[in-house]
Amino acid sequence: MTLLHPTTTATRGQISLAQLNVVDVSLKRGERWLAVGVSFQARPGELIDLRGANGTGKTTLLRALAGLTPKAEGSVTISQPDGAPIEQAGDAVHFLGHADGVKRNQAALGQLLFWAQFWDAPRAQAAVALAAVGLAGLEELPARSLSAGQRKRLALARLLLAFRPIWLLDEPTSALDTEGREVLGAMMRTHLDAGGLIVAASHEPLPLKPTRTIRFIAEPASGPAPDAEAMP
Amino acid sequence: MKLGSALWALFGRDLSQAWAGGGGALLPMGFFVGAVTLAPLAIGTEIDRLLIAGPGVLWIALALATLLSAERLFQGELEDGSLDLLLLSGVPGYLWALVKALAHVVATGLPLVAVTPLLWMMLRLPFEGLPLAILALILGTISFQLIAAVAAALASGVRRGVLLIALIALPLFAPTAIFGAAACYAGVGLGGVTTGEGQTALLLLAALSLASVALCPFAAAAALKSAAE
Repeated sequence: MTLLHPTTTATRGQISLAQLNVVDVSLKRGERWLAVGVSFQARPGELIDLRGANGTGKTTLLRALAGLTPKAEGSVTISQPDGAPIEQAGDAVHFLGHADGVKRNQAALGQLLFWAQFWDAPRAQAAVALAAVGLAGLEELPARSLSAGQRKRLALARLLLAFRPIWLLDEPTSALDTEGREVLGAMMRTHLDAGGLIVAASHEPLPLKPTRTIRFIAEPASGPAPDAEAMP
Repeated sequence: MKLGSALWALFGRDLSQAWAGGGGALLPMGFFVGAVTLAPLAIGTEIDRLLIAGPGVLWIALALATLLSAERLFQGELEDGSLDLLLLSGVPGYLWALVKALAHVVATGLPLVAVTPLLWMMLRLPFEGLPLAILALILGTISFQLIAAVAAALASGVRRGVLLIALIALPLFAPTAIFGAAACYAGVGLGGVTTGEGQTALLLLAALSLASVALCPFAAAAALKSAAE
C-alpha cells in the first residue's frame, strides 16, 4: 500500500528532530511499584517497543514520558539532537493513549479539522490524513457509527495532521485488522524515515521490527526491586 | 501554535458538541421551564404570592438547571482521552478550561436566559422588572456555570458525579443567588430590605461573575490535571 505522509518535513518554526532521554525512571501506582529504574535513550529514527503483559506499567510509563503522569523517581527530558532542551512537550510529542481521543458525536473529518486548527496545521491535511488511514468516503459519518477498528484508524490519522518528531503510542495495533496493521506499519516506517522516533507499548508484535525492546515484568506486589531501594 | 485560533477552534467544537447527539443542551432548559412552571401550581396563582415567591423560584431553578448540565462539561473529555491531548498541547490549562466553560455558558446557560421572559409572564411578574432580571440572570448564569465547572472538574473522575457536583457547588452558589435574587426583587419593587437598590445588587453580582471568570478556570484546570494522572 502506498501511503502519503502529509507532513513529512517540519514546516518553519516546528521542531523537526528530537530525542528522548529517560534516566532511572520509577513509577508507582498507589503503594505498588510498577516500573523501577527504567533508563533508555531514543534517537531520531528509532522505534522503542515497550513489551509486557497487562498491568506491568507500560501505559503509565508512556504517560510519564508525555508528562501526563508524575514519576516517583527519575527524569524524562526531550531535547534536540544537539542537546538543546525542548521545554514544551506538546511541540514535539504526539500521544495516542489507551483512550483514543475520538468524539463519538462528531463527524470523522470534523474531528481532524478541529485538531488541525488547534495545532495550527493546514486544514487540507485533514482530508489527506483521513484518506491515508483508509477512511476516505466516511468523512461525514459520526464516530459512533464507526467500528472500533475504524475509530482507531481515525485516532491514528491525528498523528498525520501536524509533524511531531516523537510519537508515544499505547497499544497502537489494538482493534486493527490486517490492512489496518499494514497502514500503521507504513505510517511508522514513513515517520522513522523522516527522522521521527516512536515509543510504543504493546503486548503483541508491532508491524515493524523495533530498534530496541524494553521488557516489562510483573514486580512482586510487596515492594520495590532491590536496586530501587538503593536510589536516593 | 497560534493560541487564539486554537482556543477559537475549541470554542466552536464544544459549542457544536453541546448541540450534537440529541440536543443534550436542551435538557437543562426543559428542566428550568418545568421547575418554574410547577411554582404557580404549588404556591398558588394569586399575584401577590407569586410576586414574593417568583424571582426566588427563578434563581433556585437556574442554580439546579446549571448543576444538571455541568456533568457533561469535562467528563466526556476525560473518558475519551481528549483531555490528555489538551494537557499536552501547551495551551495553558486555565485558558482552555475558561474557553470550555464559556462555550458551555453559551450552549446551555444563555438558552435559560432566553426563555425567562416566558416564565416571567407565567409567574405574572410586573414587566418593568424584566430588563433588570434578564441582566441579572445573564450575570448569574456565568457565575453559576464557572463555579459548577470547578465542581465538574473535581468530580470528573467519578461516575454519575452529578450529586458530588451539587454538593461542591451549591454552597459556593450562595453569594450569586443572594445578589441575583436581590436584583430581581428590587426590579419588581420589593428591594431595599437588606441589599438596597437593584443597582447595588447588580453591581455586586457583576463583581461575582467577573471573579468567577477570573478564578474558577485556574481551579478547574488544576483539578483536571490531577484527574488525568
